[in-house]
Amino acid sequence: MFQGGIKLVDFKELSKEKVIEDFPAQEKVIIPLSQHTGIPSKPIVKKGDTVLKGQLIGESAGFISSAVHASISGTVSGLENCNLPGGKTSLAVVIENDGKDTAVEGVKRDWQSLSTEEIISIVRDAGIVGMGGAAFPSSVKLTIPAGKKAECAILNGCECEPFLTADYRVMKENLPDVMDGFFIVCKALGVDKGYIGLEGNKRDIAWMMRDYLSKTPSPFDIEVKILPERYPQGGEKQLIKSVIGREVPSGGLPIDVGCVVFNVQTCVAIRNAVCEGKPVIDRVLTVTGLVKETKNLRVRIGTPVSKILDYCGVEIKDGTKVILGGPMMGIQIHTTDIPVLKGTSGILVLPEEVLPENIQPCIRCGKCVEVCPMQLVPAELGRYAEYKNWERCQQLSVSDCIECGCCSYICPAKRPLVELFKWAKVEIRKAQK
Amino acid sequence: MGEGGDKEGTKMTEMRCSPHIHSSETTTRIMWSVLIALLPAAIGSIYFFGSDALKVILVCILSCYIGEVVSHLVFHRRLKPFDGSEAVTGLLLAFVLPPSIPLWMAGIGGFLAIFLVKELFGGIGFNIFNPALAARSILTVSFPLEMTQFVAPLSYRVDTITTATPLGIVKEGLGGSLPSLWDMFIGNRAGCIGETSILLLLIGAIFLLWRRVITWHIPISYIITVAILTSLTGQNPLFHILAGGLVLGAFFMATDYVTSPITSKGKIIFGIGCGIITFLIRFKGSYPEGVAYSIIFMNMFVPLIDKYTLPKKFGYINKKGKK
Repeated sequence: MFQGGIKLVDFKELSKEKVIEDFPAQEKVIIPLSQHTGIPSKPIVKKGDTVLKGQLIGESAGFISSAVHASISGTVSGLENCNLPGGKTSLAVVIENDGKDTAVEGVKRDWQSLSTEEIISIVRDAGIVGMGGAAFPSSVKLTIPAGKKAECAILNGCECEPFLTADYRVMKENLPDVMDGFFIVCKALGVDKGYIGLEGNKRDIAWMMRDYLSKTPSPFDIEVKILPERYPQGGEKQLIKSVIGREVPSGGLPIDVGCVVFNVQTCVAIRNAVCEGKPVIDRVLTVTGLVKETKNLRVRIGTPVSKILDYCGVEIKDGTKVILGGPMMGIQIHTTDIPVLKGTSGILVLPEEVLPENIQPCIRCGKCVEVCPMQLVPAELGRYAEYKNWERCQQLSVSDCIECGCCSYICPAKRPLVELFKWAKVEIRKAQK
Repeated sequence: MGEGGDKEGTKMTEMRCSPHIHSSETTTRIMWSVLIALLPAAIGSIYFFGSDALKVILVCILSCYIGEVVSHLVFHRRLKPFDGSEAVTGLLLAFVLPPSIPLWMAGIGGFLAIFLVKELFGGIGFNIFNPALAARSILTVSFPLEMTQFVAPLSYRVDTITTATPLGIVKEGLGGSLPSLWDMFIGNRAGCIGETSILLLLIGAIFLLWRRVITWHIPISYIITVAILTSLTGQNPLFHILAGGLVLGAFFMATDYVTSPITSKGKIIFGIGCGIITFLIRFKGSYPEGVAYSIIFMNMFVPLIDKYTLPKKFGYINKKGKK
């Protein structure tokens, strides 16, 4: 078990029992070419082109990059700049729906007969990225660097952010797909051992999985682990520590301790790509918080957030925040014309919080030190960042901060610690250039 | 939203960085919790020492607020929200003053605690010394007579009013007979206003521990250190815990966030250090009591303790990352 963290009220009962609904395809989708970590994809369609559902519209432009596909069939109405969460923008392919939903024919395959290289190339072509939020290209994760060896694969089923239930519903409703996806991951990595990490609030899933594993013959030794409900249990480094007791070295990757972690929906995407030849064109997300009806929706990538909010009966008033992702790490959006991305795990509507206008002084209560899952000293770091002492921030390892938000959450002075650390990281990176 | 934004986009509330939820704990709530925790002992002090105690308490709190307002006027500092921290300092200062102290001296103490010890160092969160204890120390060197004259509790006042504290009786052979341990536990003895009733202080301490405002590290390591050292030298450890200001100091003064270490390990070192110095002053020093000075002394070591007790960061074990 990792040190630190917080037991949060999870608010999952708001949407936990809502069966996944297919959100109808809208008349228009906006598909950004940069919705993953790495180099933006290169557009290969132009205005006026007709595209099918699942057709490639943006090529992967490097090793750490990803392909992008049309999520509806229709006509490309143009390449435009669109808003992204965090105030960024990206070139996006805008497609007008022809209402026919004609899909590119997928290739059916049997995963057991495929080699590692074949699986990786399918995953790359299908534009699969980490769907837990980080959106790191999955093909890169599956490619083991020279000199490293994978000993096990870990399925991250924690969904430790409060409010979100999308992964829970996917595991509940599509368990065979999740498990097949995880088997494919194990196969591609060439490992025998797999772990599934679930938080204690998903015991039902754990039993379903154990039952499934006992009935399904597979060449892998899969162990389901129920972990304490402690945020950020689903943080990659924390999960690895909890599951196999190893600490990913600072600045390192999970593969440095012999494992690779995949999210629930990433596994499903891998299964769909490998077994049915379907690229990533939709994902399941939770719409929750101050909405008339909370929902778990399967949404086409590129659907504007505004459409989903309308559908769920959300009135955006002054004092309402719309957040993409969970409440701890999600990004508040400044406009609802932002499209749903591959890494969008939820749309959360919350009331604005009453927080002090100015940065209040730290009273050194030490609560942030207790909860920091990376064992940093946020109180000190926050002070140095406040005085722009980037050098000290660097010495105190601000770059190890995973921005989980525990320190800001617990701070009685409501100091914007995460914000200060993000700023410090940017400044340090600038100075290094 | 930029001008290029889609017309479907709706302008929304002020943008905030994650996390978007926060715990309900605030600085103000912490300060009020401390005040509530001190309340039983405050009421007890009025019961034991009468209206003198009440007057000193009120003067101290008032003068702390005056110190705050004056510092804002002098330094043109933004007035911070009313968070009760001055009241905590004032009440704690009153607790470590003798009930018979002239009120103007108490007033000077309260003013200096905030103006000199806290605001001159940068205000809340930046002071090096515990304001109440530093102010008490200033008063002790400025008015040695008034600061060391104690009165008996009301129920024991027969003919003479001034008497000695239990520690004074033991140390300096001052006149008077020692109160029973039970009297010392419930607070029926001479001493500073808020230090006498161990029972009422412990009620407050348990409240603070339950509210998680303080942790056990400092008070327990402090008290255990004193208990061990006194029993090693053949004293009654219980007497030394009940006498003087140890319980008040350990639970309410040494635990002051700003002037104590930030990590658990550091807190234990701090508590042990306070215990050793308290013991040394009580046995080797010229004062009968050493709690105030030991905490002030250890306050100076806090940055150093913090520096050497940084937690072991995640991912720095060794190259392989294995345990």
